[in-house]
Amino acid sequence: MANTGTPLVELRDISISFGGIKAVDHVTVDLYPGEVVGLLGHNGAGKSTLIKCLSGAYKADGGEILINGEKVEISNPRDARAQNIETIYQTLALADNLDAASNLFLGREIVSPMGFVDDSTMEAETRKILKRLNPNFRKFNVPVSALSGGQRQSVAIARAVYFNAKILIMDEPTAALGPQETQMVAELIQELKAQGLGIFLIEHDIHNVMKLCDRASVMKNGQLVGTVNVNEVTDEDILSMIILGKKPAKAA
Amino acid sequence: MTDTNSPTPSASAMPDAQPGAITRFLHATEIDTRLLGMVGALLLIWVGFHLYPAISSVMRGGAFDLGLGNFLTPRNLWNLSVQTSYIGIMATGMVLVIIIRCIDLSVGSIIGVTGMIMGLLQAEYLPPLLGLGHPAIWIITAIVGLVVGVMIGAFHGWLIAYRGIPSFIVTLGGLLIWRGMAFLSASGRTIAPMDEKFALLGGGPYGTVGAVGSWIVGGLACLGLIYLLISGRSQRRKHDFPQRPVWAEVFLGAVGCGVILCAVLLVNAYPWAKGIVAQYAERTGQTLPEGTFISHGFAIPVLLLIGVGIAMTILMTRTRFGRYVFAIGGNPEAAVLAGINTRWVTLKVVSLMGALAGLAAIIVSARQNSATNAMGELDELYVIAAAVIGGTSLAGGSGTVYGAILGALVILSLQSGMVLIGFGDGSYQKIVVGTALVLAVYLDILYRKKVK
Repeated sequence: MANTGTPLVELRDISISFGGIKAVDHVTVDLYPGEVVGLLGHNGAGKSTLIKCLSGAYKADGGEILINGEKVEISNPRDARAQNIETIYQTLALADNLDAASNLFLGREIVSPMGFVDDSTMEAETRKILKRLNPNFRKFNVPVSALSGGQRQSVAIARAVYFNAKILIMDEPTAALGPQETQMVAELIQELKAQGLGIFLIEHDIHNVMKLCDRASVMKNGQLVGTVNVNEVTDEDILSMIILGKKPAKAA
Repeated sequence: MTDTNSPTPSASAMPDAQPGAITRFLHATEIDTRLLGMVGALLLIWVGFHLYPAISSVMRGGAFDLGLGNFLTPRNLWNLSVQTSYIGIMATGMVLVIIIRCIDLSVGSIIGVTGMIMGLLQAEYLPPLLGLGHPAIWIITAIVGLVVGVMIGAFHGWLIAYRGIPSFIVTLGGLLIWRGMAFLSASGRTIAPMDEKFALLGGGPYGTVGAVGSWIVGGLACLGLIYLLISGRSQRRKHDFPQRPVWAEVFLGAVGCGVILCAVLLVNAYPWAKGIVAQYAERTGQTLPEGTFISHGFAIPVLLLIGVGIAMTILMTRTRFGRYVFAIGGNPEAAVLAGINTRWVTLKVVSLMGALAGLAAIIVSARQNSATNAMGELDELYVIAAAVIGGTSLAGGSGTVYGAILGALVILSLQSGMVLIGFGDGSYQKIVVGTALVLAVYLDILYRKKVK
């Protein structure tokens, strides 16, 4: 893929440490519109931490974030949302005691002119978007704690997609899903990509990476091992990057 | 709430029918089964206390005489409503505090200190400035009471939310500190009497709205209920959501209005005592014949409770703030990731609790027409117990305002019932209320397991 022009997102030289341990150590990655970049590495390699600097959950100690070539300040999740960055967290980040609609609109409720939350409009919108994502979804009036893993995932994905995201962060979106639901997420990623969104995908399954991603950035011990174009390497190459922390000679 | 007939026959007649019918009925009316259980328990307590004198007379070889019962009388139920009001008002705030996984042990002491400040203000500081009985005294006093309550709550909330001190510790400290302050404020003196207009806020014969006023309140409540049912239905139709069957809507409306109207009849059936009628006649210069029937009607603190209950219900279910309170209780981390300023919400919840404690202090001091440093002692425990009996989960994330008010009613029914049947020396009351608290939570745990 020819990535020319300004990247949608550039994370430049990002560092963050917790109690003296460098969780992310001078990492630079970028993302272009209509592209899926996989973030790979062992557990504890720093993928989730890096991405949380972009989603506003953490504030980086050093480095800068550029959106469309312009430096932006992201110090909390609201800032990230204002930049049209949406995140599907590994934990899903749902309030278990609220229903699907309340979770979907959490922090961005639709209110009536009187300033009261408009539950029926929000439920109607939720029904619309979930019908598209997961036609089997029925349980609109129960707390999400009563939903299956796949249904909960649908709610989390719906929340990220509904608000016209330009940049989507997906932290292991298929970890809790069955084969059919995994296929559904794969199709959704293709569709969103075609719409011109940029997607950061944290993924452990190497087959999914080969199938869904355009480029892959591999991290180890908080540092970036390298970034490769997925169609120029084999899955063994990527695995050796993850395990050995070495970039394959031919892709360099 | 005082109606003992309308909600039960339909519900209690059901268990004899096949189980499918109950389920269908509950499903169609969308009645919360927990609410039903609580109302059932309350009625059981009421009937039990009412029958106790008759039964104990039979045990002693006397005749079975229902007339001996004195619990289900207009007089007792009216008094019960006034006693419930200030605990109920605080319990509505405690629900929010517990939902966000905090606790407030200081509310009783806040009553003590704000009550003393208001007492001193209206009895010793304002009269020399404005003149005794000046009409502004009660307003200034009440506002100062509310503001002091908010300030204490906000201070606690700041320590909890922005300094990370556990709410249990902050408010346990508050419990001791504010009680000490209440004593020091007047070196332990009792301040009395309160301003005449201020005293009306505590209920009592003059602190009521009378028969006509009660009918107006009841009529407005019925209209409000019907409006809610109709607008809810049209909202559902607008979005093509499943609707309740018409008979279920009519049933809910009829039961609701029935309860409201029975409550009006009840408070209007409790007349002023002879002495009060004579005093009133003398004051107004009327000549009222012997035995004139003047109804109490709803007491002002009860109307305050109803007002607070409605406002808090709207706040929790219809505003963003309420939604955030639930979200924080359900998953604090998710709330932060959704961009909610959880610290600010926490501070506001604890401040609101302080304001409600201030309002409760107004009612308590007005009701006893004096301010003492012991006002509100142990009330924090009754308030927490009311919220928990009302179905608020101590794990956070769930609870309702109406549940907390019903919980307060259950506790005060036990308390006043024990007094009526001659176990009023306090020790028995405490034993019964304590047992009820543990039992209620245990039943709730069983219920939740069964539902899962």
